[in-house]
Amino acid sequence: MSMNEPLRPSAPPPQVGPPPQVGREKQTCLSGTGVTKLFGFGRTKTLAVDHVDFNFHEGEVISIVGESGSGKTTLAKMLLGLISVTEGDIYFQGQKRDISSSRKKQEYWKNIQAIFQDPFSSYNIFSKIDDVLLDCIRMRGGQRLPKEEKVKLMTEACSFVNLKFAELTNKYPFELSGGQMQRLMIARIFLLKPKILIADEPTSMIDACSRATILDYLMKLRDEVGMTLIFITHDIGLAYYVSDTVFIMEKGKFVESGSADAVILTPQQPYTKRLLNDVPKIYEEWDLSTV
Amino acid sequence: MGKVMLEVNDLTTKYITRYNEDVYAVDHVSLQVEEGKTLGIAGESGCGKSTLALSLMGYYFPPLYYTGGEIIIDGRSISGMKPDDVRRTILGTEIAYIPQAAMNALNPTRRVINFIEDVILAHDPTENKKFIYELARASFETLGLPPEVLQKYPVELSGGMKQRTVIAVSVILRPKVLIADEPSSALDVTSQKMVIKMLKNLMETGFIKSMIFITHELPLLYNVTDDIMVMYAGQIVERASAREAVFDPLHPYSKGLMGSIIVPESGLRDVKLTAIPGAPPNLKNPPAGCRFAERCKYVRAECRYTNVALYDAGPGRAYRCILSEKVLRDCYEHERAIAA
Ligand SMILES: Nc1ncnc2c1ncn2[C@@H]1O[C@H](COP(=O)(O)OP(=O)(O)OP(=O)(O)O)[C@@H](O)[C@H]1O
Ligand SMILES: Nc1ncnc2c1ncn2[C@@H]1O[C@H](COP(=O)(O)OP(=O)(O)OP(=O)(O)O)[C@@H](O)[C@H]1O
Ligand SMILES: [Mg+2]
Ligand SMILES: [Mg+2]
Repeated sequence: MSMNEPLRPSAPPPQVGPPPQVGREKQTCLSGTGVTKLFGFGRTKTLAVDHVDFNFHEGEVISIVGESGSGKTTLAKMLLGLISVTEGDIYFQGQKRDISSSRKKQEYWKNIQAIFQDPFSSYNIFSKIDDVLLDCIRMRGGQRLPKEEKVKLMTEACSFVNLKFAELTNKYPFELSGGQMQRLMIARIFLLKPKILIADEPTSMIDACSRATILDYLMKLRDEVGMTLIFITHDIGLAYYVSDTVFIMEKGKFVESGSADAVILTPQQPYTKRLLNDVPKIYEEWDLSTV
Repeated sequence: MGKVMLEVNDLTTKYITRYNEDVYAVDHVSLQVEEGKTLGIAGESGCGKSTLALSLMGYYFPPLYYTGGEIIIDGRSISGMKPDDVRRTILGTEIAYIPQAAMNALNPTRRVINFIEDVILAHDPTENKKFIYELARASFETLGLPPEVLQKYPVELSGGMKQRTVIAVSVILRPKVLIADEPSSALDVTSQKMVIKMLKNLMETGFIKSMIFITHELPLLYNVTDDIMVMYAGQIVERASAREAVFDPLHPYSKGLMGSIIVPESGLRDVKLTAIPGAPPNLKNPPAGCRFAERCKYVRAECRYTNVALYDAGPGRAYRCILSEKVLRDCYEHERAIAA
């Protein structure tokens, strides 16, 4: 039994990462103060997000990590402007966010987009793949482009994620496999080129290989578009791997945050320590006696 | 070598779809699980892990059909047994199965004790309820579950408690082999750890003798199992000890799979993940030759027509590739050197 044997392969030596970026001042793109969401009234009240403060920078990769019910999706929905904020303020590019009219909302959504866990739920069953992609071009103000130009854009977006537009045209999303559908989701983002992308559990429920593929595309996209990437996840290993900055969320609050190395390798809060202690690893022994 | 609790030889099974197409989901699979051991099954979605679980219990109900091979549980062959007899005499006592997402499929209008009655009465309809209750109480106590849970409805239990209850109910008749299919996937890490601790405890307390553990979470698989079988498109492509499978895989597919592991451990942030391009073949019409050829970095012309056997590579170790161990290891070493 691998667990009981004392001899474990030793971990690879810690590698020296690239030096911290100097010179280029990081611009804040999305920030919030005291952001709070209260659901329900009276005895059924749930304080889903409880006075969180944050400052996300341009091009930064952020992870918000927490267990089920900690408020991650609720926060994501507030950031996206899909639900109202009970208390506190959200700032976009230094300005207090204004999404008071439907036109302003549309404008905001050009800058911030999301992908969700279940790719199947993200598509309207009545829209063909062409419409899904054309919609993105329209959102970027390309409705007047000549048809060839649009096809060219769609072809380019599909090939970015290793799909062939010629094979997808005129099909419905449900004719695709799960993996193709996930890639189509990323092709959409490629066309939309938002400043901020929120990925809510984009890789849970899929196997490790497909996860690696999706992460690859998302990171490539970040490099191409220079977008800020916000991962919402319960997977602390994923957070460590992809992010610059990690926020640990417990019962609606950020209990710890900082650089991925600081939070994951030298956690300060008992909650973070527990999460890290409980996740199975491959070099360090997984101690079952602590539960 | 310990006593073999489960032996499967050359098992082949298929689904027949509504359109009368054959889907070869389990193709000539052989395996052995010894007493006291846990065998893990890894492989991407759709490779046939759950189908293998059903198949090796002899649980054949349409659209799943047996086409060949042998299943021996603790020395007794069950090949060719009628599915209804399997349900009555094998399930629960010889082999117990915890299906994927079982905890969310519990009948919400029944109490936990009723599920236990179902399991026991399916095996022996004459058993009285008082006896069942006492047995359930004693088992729950040994397994560290509060006896009050017996009177609860599924919705009254937290996710972790629900899953531990499902496990306790499944092993109430002390089966020889337990098959756990993604038993902790939807749970938070702490609940997951409690579920795993309980599973490991089952062997020590004598509830089960050996276990088959299925999950796509590789760090978890590594920590729970003694040996790992990697499946690809219905076939076993590698079998090795858990440590060898994770740290020294031979088959190019296993190599890719293990290269996609992410864990929050120092130094692993800078290791590049391997993503295997493409998708597995359609099992309705699997390609001739090696099934992984299409996606393999090291593919050679003959891979596409040679019927590749599972080569023996030392004790407990086998892999399905025409390249020798040495050639494969050289390829991996070369790549590692380039990356560094
Ligand atoms: N529309 C709603 N009405 C009332 N309560 C809600 C609503 N949406 C979420 N909640 C509650 O708010 C809390 C946080 O939920 P949320 O979905 O944000 O958690 P999460 O961290 O995303 O969890 P998971 O990891 O399970 O997705 C939970 O207690 C949830 O029950
Ligand atoms: N009832 C069915 N009829 C026809 N084909 C089926 C049926 N159930 C499964 N299959 C096919 O059999 C193959 C193996 O499926 P199986 O569910 O065993 O995979 P798995 O490895 O358990 O996947 P996962 O990791 O997603 O649970 C898949 O190609 C699947 O599409
Ligand atoms: Mg959520
Ligand atoms: Mg399965």
